[in-house]
Amino acid sequence: MKQTIATAAAISSRLIQLSDDVRAACPDPARLVLIGIQRRGVELAQRMAALIAAAHAAPVPLGSLDITVYRDDLSMVAQQPIVHSTNIPFSLDGMHVVLVDDVLHTGRTIRAALDALMDFGRPDIVRLLVLVDRGMRELPIQPDLTGWKLSTKAGQMVRVRVKELDGEDVVELLDGNAN
Amino acid sequence: MTLLIKNGHLVDAAQKLDGAGYVFIKDGSIAASAPGTPPASLHPDDVIDARGMLVTPGFIDLHVHLREPGQESKETIESGCRAAVAGGFASIVCMPNTVPTIDHASIVKFVHLEAQRVGLANVFPAGTVSRDREGKELADIGELATAGVVALTDDGAPVMDAGLMLRALEYARMFGIAVMDHCEDPQLTNFGVMNEGFYSTKLGLRGIPSVCEDVMVARDILLAEYTGGRIHIQHISTAHAVRMVREAKQRGVHVTCEVTPHHFSLTDAALSDYDTNFKMRPPLRAEEDRAALLRGIADGTIDAIATDHAPHTDTDKNVEFDYAADGVIGLESALPVAYTKLVKEGALPLMRLVELLTCGPAAIIGKDKKGTLRPGADADVTIWNPNASYTIDAGAFRSKARNCPFHGWAVNGKVIRTIVAGETKYEAV
Amino acid sequence: MAWTKKDLLDLEYLTAEEITTILDTARSFYEVSTRTIKKVPALRGKTVVNLFYEASTRTRASFEIAEKRLSADVLNVNVSVSSVTKGETLLDTVKNLCAYKIDVIVIRHSVSGSPLYLARNIEASVINAGDGAHEHPTQALLDIYTLRERLGELKGRQIAIVGDIAHSRVARSNIWGLTKLGAKVTVVAPPTLVPRDIERMGVAVSHRLDEAIARADAVNMLRIQREREKQTLFPSLREYSKLFGLDEEKIKDLPEGMLVMHPGPINRGVEISGAVADGPHSVILEQVTNGLAVRMAVLFLVAGGTSLHPESLGT
Repeated sequence: MKQTIATAAAISSRLIQLSDDVRAACPDPARLVLIGIQRRGVELAQRMAALIAAAHAAPVPLGSLDITVYRDDLSMVAQQPIVHSTNIPFSLDGMHVVLVDDVLHTGRTIRAALDALMDFGRPDIVRLLVLVDRGMRELPIQPDLTGWKLSTKAGQMVRVRVKELDGEDVVELLDGNAN
Repeated sequence: MTLLIKNGHLVDAAQKLDGAGYVFIKDGSIAASAPGTPPASLHPDDVIDARGMLVTPGFIDLHVHLREPGQESKETIESGCRAAVAGGFASIVCMPNTVPTIDHASIVKFVHLEAQRVGLANVFPAGTVSRDREGKELADIGELATAGVVALTDDGAPVMDAGLMLRALEYARMFGIAVMDHCEDPQLTNFGVMNEGFYSTKLGLRGIPSVCEDVMVARDILLAEYTGGRIHIQHISTAHAVRMVREAKQRGVHVTCEVTPHHFSLTDAALSDYDTNFKMRPPLRAEEDRAALLRGIADGTIDAIATDHAPHTDTDKNVEFDYAADGVIGLESALPVAYTKLVKEGALPLMRLVELLTCGPAAIIGKDKKGTLRPGADADVTIWNPNASYTIDAGAFRSKARNCPFHGWAVNGKVIRTIVAGETKYEAV
Repeated sequence: MAWTKKDLLDLEYLTAEEITTILDTARSFYEVSTRTIKKVPALRGKTVVNLFYEASTRTRASFEIAEKRLSADVLNVNVSVSSVTKGETLLDTVKNLCAYKIDVIVIRHSVSGSPLYLARNIEASVINAGDGAHEHPTQALLDIYTLRERLGELKGRQIAIVGDIAHSRVARSNIWGLTKLGAKVTVVAPPTLVPRDIERMGVAVSHRLDEAIARADAVNMLRIQREREKQTLFPSLREYSKLFGLDEEKIKDLPEGMLVMHPGPINRGVEISGAVADGPHSVILEQVTNGLAVRMAVLFLVAGGTSLHPESLGT
């Protein structure tokens, strides 16, 4: 069973709207920083940074963050996950950081991401933006900005595909072991 | 006391006997051995039915380290003799690199007495060439010969001093015994731990060049030729050494040589994961050397199969490769490995294998009543089943040691019974 | 691709894909050392023992910094050779350490094959930090990392390794790693320092430094280790330096991008002149920096958990 939650057009317009929300939430463009979480959060952050930069007529600092080495289950996995690159070539001291990820589920990735962020400085504010919030949190973490909010069940999977990595933009809800 | 072995297949290289037959033993000697069925006139006290079995002279191993006196944690005369008879060996020549060395008649006497007490295999000690095996001055060779040593050797080390070797060959001639040499020039071995070649390069282990054996074999042959003495090359391992022995024999030099089962069945490729059970001196050589050994076995250049049974404790072997003791055990794996590799998988006639294990070595130590089933010979007989197929389990060996490179090998050829002087000293369960 | 090995013992038995996985992971870890806070919790709660049976300053320092930047708990055990010969066996020493439930042992040992011997006898992961004249896989990985950063794809690249090939574990690991990635390797040394049948490892042999470097994209100058020699293998350091040492004169006509590497520590004026070591061709200090990232990657990969819960972290 595969259900399409959002098409490319829907994603595109939702990202425009989210970009406006980010600008509204952070009126000082000089302090705004977008950080995408590896892997698909990076592409989403990149697109929004472009949108915001166009609106501000100034570039928005953009970083990418891989949270693998901050995961809380490293001692439990059978083999080490692949570590992708982290690239935050600027200090976060005093910045307004918007953390961008594709899907929010248990909250553990965001916990790890917050730990990682703190190693790069002391931002004034960190906000969380997710394209899809599928519920089922295990930690007390909530998004500030959300594209879609879904109510899902265990065993279901929310899959976000992006052009840059997957060749298409789509958000899907899959049942069972569908892939 | 009489014993009849009947219904077996007799193979005796000394008599060129190969076929169904019987052996009649009387008071520790062979009274008759002949093809066909035993005459009804025989009334033996005991009968062994050897149906489906080979009946051969008791095997003789020219090269065994019994470790006693001095290193009884590795092996004793008793445990070594148990291993010998379990491997079909009725007679063994024990090496003199014990502590103290067998460089004196009293030590020879001790070995004889202990072997007699154990009462399993015939134990023939070899004496040292040099006093205390130091390679400096001749041991009391006459005294040793009188006490019964069957050969002289500083085994474990070569006789490096060419002058000493020359005098040893000359002097030993007087007693009709051979000088045996462990051919390895230490200037060339240069702290090596395995054969020098692709594998030593790849493994980063210090190599022992094959030429270190060749130069010593060449020297020994020249010295034997010059003196008229008898030289025996121990555990020959290189292609050039085999070629030189072959050529020397053609010239009439009194040279003989032995080969170990590990050298003709394994190569230095076996060292690939640093298993210390493949570490010995001389080292396992390259495939072309192994092929030359097989040719030497087939064409008669090589006179005997000897095990160089070198027992070590787990403590000696279970360490980093460089620190591990040299040597592997062989008494209880020699027959199956030799039979499987040479006869079953190779093209060697069975008769030739029997020769290498019996009358070949007997001639080298001058024991004309050993190594044959000829009437009048000592009643040493090995009965074995060439068809038995099984897996070598070093854990089940009688030897105290477990440093066997053949553990886990699927083989054919199993010793069923070993008879020494007419008495059964080993019987397979 | 995923890493599935418990140990890193050599490059001979790694695939090109496994080598690439390590190098790619190292790239991700390189960034950690550029941060203000140079530490990630990847090995938090893991214990790593650096067990050195041979003196080492550089490799040990590199491993120790790597371990600390990954938040591992680190214990350094240095065993002098004299106490080894008298004292307890390697296996006893290590089994004692394993009784503390350690996770990784980084071992350097003068006897080839010792890391494999250990790995077969203990549950902890083993990383070979150099064994005899056998292999030094992390050194070769950092050399290859450096080459990849500078040259890109290594397929078809010409790499010369110069010096005491016979006693060099760095050479052996480099040969395996580079040839697996498609590079063409030439070893350059006098015949007494070239081990027998090394051509069968897939390399060319040259006795002429000028010819070899003329066509090389990079040249790796090995340290001349006189202390390892048990016999005289060349007449004098002076003669060696003349024939096989790299100096300004020998490299003056070589293209700008030709890289000069050295695993350290350098004997200035013997295998390499000071001017070349510090000159524009030299990437020697880059090697050191890259070594840290490579060792972090290796430590991270081998220390992977062993229980069977492969479900990924919920998002």
